[in-house]
Amino acid sequence: MAILVIAEHDNATLKGSTLNTVTAASRCGGDIDILIAGYQCGAAAQAAAEIAGVSRVLVADASHFADSLAENVAEQAISIAGNYSHILAPANAFGKNILPRVAARLDVAQISEIIHVCSPDTFERPIYAGNAIATVQSSDPVKVITVRTTGFAPAAAGAAATAIENVAVVADAGTSHFVARDLAKSGRPELSGAKVIVAGGRGVGSAENFKIVEQLADKLGAAIGASRAAVDAGFVPNDWQIGQTGKIVAPQLYIALGISGAIQHVAGIKDSKTIVAINNDPDAPIFLVADYGVIGDVHELVPQLIAELG
Amino acid sequence: MKILVPVKRVVDYNVKIRVKADGSGVDTANVKMSMNPFDEIALEEGVRQKEAGKATEVVAVSCGVAQAQDVLRTALAIGADRGILVETDAELQPLAVAKLLKAVADKEQPQLIILGKQATDDDANQTGQMLAALLGWPQATFASRVVIEDGKAIVTREVDGGAETLALNLPAVVTADLRLNEPRYVTLPNMMKAKKKTIENTTPADLGVSVESRLKTLKVSEPPARTTGQIVPDIATLVSKLRNEAKVI
Repeated sequence: MAILVIAEHDNATLKGSTLNTVTAASRCGGDIDILIAGYQCGAAAQAAAEIAGVSRVLVADASHFADSLAENVAEQAISIAGNYSHILAPANAFGKNILPRVAARLDVAQISEIIHVCSPDTFERPIYAGNAIATVQSSDPVKVITVRTTGFAPAAAGAAATAIENVAVVADAGTSHFVARDLAKSGRPELSGAKVIVAGGRGVGSAENFKIVEQLADKLGAAIGASRAAVDAGFVPNDWQIGQTGKIVAPQLYIALGISGAIQHVAGIKDSKTIVAINNDPDAPIFLVADYGVIGDVHELVPQLIAELG
Repeated sequence: MKILVPVKRVVDYNVKIRVKADGSGVDTANVKMSMNPFDEIALEEGVRQKEAGKATEVVAVSCGVAQAQDVLRTALAIGADRGILVETDAELQPLAVAKLLKAVADKEQPQLIILGKQATDDDANQTGQMLAALLGWPQATFASRVVIEDGKAIVTREVDGGAETLALNLPAVVTADLRLNEPRYVTLPNMMKAKKKTIENTTPADLGVSVESRLKTLKVSEPPARTTGQIVPDIATLVSKLRNEAKVI
């Protein structure tokens, strides 16, 4: 029984999601190998080799892996899949894009977004926007699994480096081509792993007003998120969206400003340790899930909060 | 060019679901069912591409119980030309659905298949990608913009840090994300017109596909409940509690 983790990386560094996925892999029992499919990705491979609990790092280095096109990364994983009882990837845009192709080509089911490993063949996963938890058992010879990263602590990095091997590179599928990428650069922490998150909703009122959300986030060293309503209203970019179909977060502290608390948004925050809500509607459903709620206008209360935090 | 749009009948996203007391599943008896919201967006996209002259026909397909016809009727009212119902009472998991859709695609020969990125009941986010792999086609998931030109689909997709654009050779699979478009309202005249459009019935057996489930659901439970929170009267109290009670700042 050995487990393959398909690493998320940008060739230079390993993404944190890979560390949480390695922890999930360790619960499945067996040696853990990491696949780094990339281009000029030696640095990412080295970082992977230093994760505690990893047996081998397998590297497929070629220009057609430069942009993690699903058709190519999936085929590379399939080419070495025969050795593994489990194949894991993070349940984010990277892993969700690639892994189902692997499952389909191996003719096995995929278990999406596990939050708990009960045994090597039984897993818990959220359904209906996390309003129910299903415990599912797979009878397939290979378990193909995406991992909700907030459900597992990151594996320790900085261990003594393990073996790095090159594997035979599969050919470019040639049916899709990368054109362009538009990623926001920010000095703030990334949403997915942030310890503190400040999020704004429709109640913030405008893109201009989101400044108060940013100021509070800066005060707390927090990442910034938003509800779908705020994104749809054009206040903030779409990758700030938290919820069932946006990002799932589980910070120590989540502060919801002017967010009503629709089921789909709550789905993305319910595993937060402490939830604070500020909203001027006392009937807003967010108050049913918040640990602390303050009823009032965010435009008055947030500046007060910033001041009170010193 | 023909566009195939699979649509799924799911519990309406506004329904507050309840877990059955015996833990065998979610109670779906007598709850409102609707087209999966992401599939509505996929369908709207197909219809818009046709209206823009990029496609000649939009075919909607649904797999499941006989009542899935309702979702196909809605699809026809939104603008699909024809519907196909692959009828079965069996539990359908994404791999089985992908195989059924592949069989339909082999017959229909579409150049583009647009699906919703995930269904709001199982939240699996697999079917489109599985279908693309079974067909050997390229894919673009979480699409926020689709442009068809010169035998390619140029798709902007939402990724974790922003967006990226891919060029796919047709035929291809695209999965729709929230911001791809805002679906039109179904008007009564269009519902009436839709009654004249055809829905063809078939079964997994007719398509030569085995739909056996691979995952067994052992139990379904409620998520752990959060302890009840408190409303605090002012910011000073909030900060004090966050410091001293919750100890998160």
